[in-house]
Amino acid sequence: MSSLADYIHYVGCFALVLIGLYVVLVKSNLIKVIIGISLIDTGVNLFLVSTGYLRAGTAPIFSEAAEQPGTMVDPVPQALVLTAIVIGVSVLALALSLAIRLYGEYGTLDLRKIKELKW
Amino acid sequence: MTIFQALLILVMIAAAVFAARSRDLMNAVIACAMVSLMASIIFYFLQAPDVAMAEAAIGAGLTTAIFIFAINRTVRHEDDEKAD
Amino acid sequence: MRKLISLMVLLAVAAGIGLALHRTPFGAERAKTGAGSPGETVNFGRYYVHEGVEETGATNIVSSVVLGYRGFDTLGEVTVLFIAATGLAAVLRVKATSRDPRDAEPASLVVFTGCRFLFPLLLLFGTYVFVHGHLAPGGGFQGGAVIASAFLLVYLGCRGRTLNETGLRVAESLSGLVFVAVGLVGLAVGGAFLLNFLPTGSPYALFSAGIIPIVYVAIGLKVGSELGAIIDRLAEGAR
Repeated sequence: MSSLADYIHYVGCFALVLIGLYVVLVKSNLIKVIIGISLIDTGVNLFLVSTGYLRAGTAPIFSEAAEQPGTMVDPVPQALVLTAIVIGVSVLALALSLAIRLYGEYGTLDLRKIKELKW
Repeated sequence: MTIFQALLILVMIAAAVFAARSRDLMNAVIACAMVSLMASIIFYFLQAPDVAMAEAAIGAGLTTAIFIFAINRTVRHEDDEKAD
Repeated sequence: MRKLISLMVLLAVAAGIGLALHRTPFGAERAKTGAGSPGETVNFGRYYVHEGVEETGATNIVSSVVLGYRGFDTLGEVTVLFIAATGLAAVLRVKATSRDPRDAEPASLVVFTGCRFLFPLLLLFGTYVFVHGHLAPGGGFQGGAVIASAFLLVYLGCRGRTLNETGLRVAESLSGLVFVAVGLVGLAVGGAFLLNFLPTGSPYALFSAGIIPIVYVAIGLKVGSELGAIIDRLAEGAR
């Protein structure tokens, strides 16, 4: 099953994204929705780093023991994912602060009830 | 090593399914930390040590902590209302 | 009804992803070659790996990409983190009747002593990670996250001790200013924002790679104090 071994990383990442998307669409507790957003973040970051992988590649760091630039993996997706992880945690912190304020104002975190309390 | 990576990916998906289906929010947050930890180990096997360090420190450490502080100030179970 | 529509949306998304990406290879044998003949795409990763050490002086190629070749994106990311921390501080206003921190139930003696012992060691490790960001795996964001974990340890283990909020705000603002100031000095000296105007030095030395260590120190302090301020604001009023 060499074709499955080739694609197991991609299938795993997209399974994570789909599970996160399911949680965001179906669940009605606000903190559960934010957990779903965190799952989507992790899945997409994993996918981005795995596109730069080379078979039998080495990390893109020169050291006195390893000075072969020929087989290094792609460093550009790693730099972008570094940024994306920090932005993910800052978005999560802001979303949780809004959830705490919503709970203080309405007394519930159920999205169906908050939608009915609109007026 | 591919067998080991496939095992890690399976554990990660199982933890994500548990996080999606659990009614207790604290259990869901711990499962989310497990997903981040497995992702950090897979990052190391994909020859990305910087990203592995960042994901372990930020994803598995600080994200779990801010989730737990937020759950402490709001509901604990998914169907609770003003339980505390 | 809502579940049915959500499942159909998920199936459509999965089918779309499968169709769009079913030919993406995983783990190519070797990197695609650069722009040799017209029609071949340029491969930036290969260029950065081969020319990175000479042009920027950093032996950690990811650091030279993050701060050398794509430094402006890092400035944008630091701005997003700052906006999120400010937004959180504006939304969670401290109520006037917050509990006295000395009322909190103290942790046990083993946890208390362990946390007091580990706190300076964690700060030292975080500083080591971001000072050596251009030589070894690490950098400003990882070191800053380790420093924020040290602050979190103080909140969990030594209850009743709070952080000096003014010190955190001053450290965060000054570090952000240092980052922008280094960029502006590059603009004044060479004509490009965030230009590498210091000498690149010899590889593997601590004082090499131009402005990269200076900016990493600024980023490490900024991220550490910012995440520490977020933890501090969220932990206030927690039971």
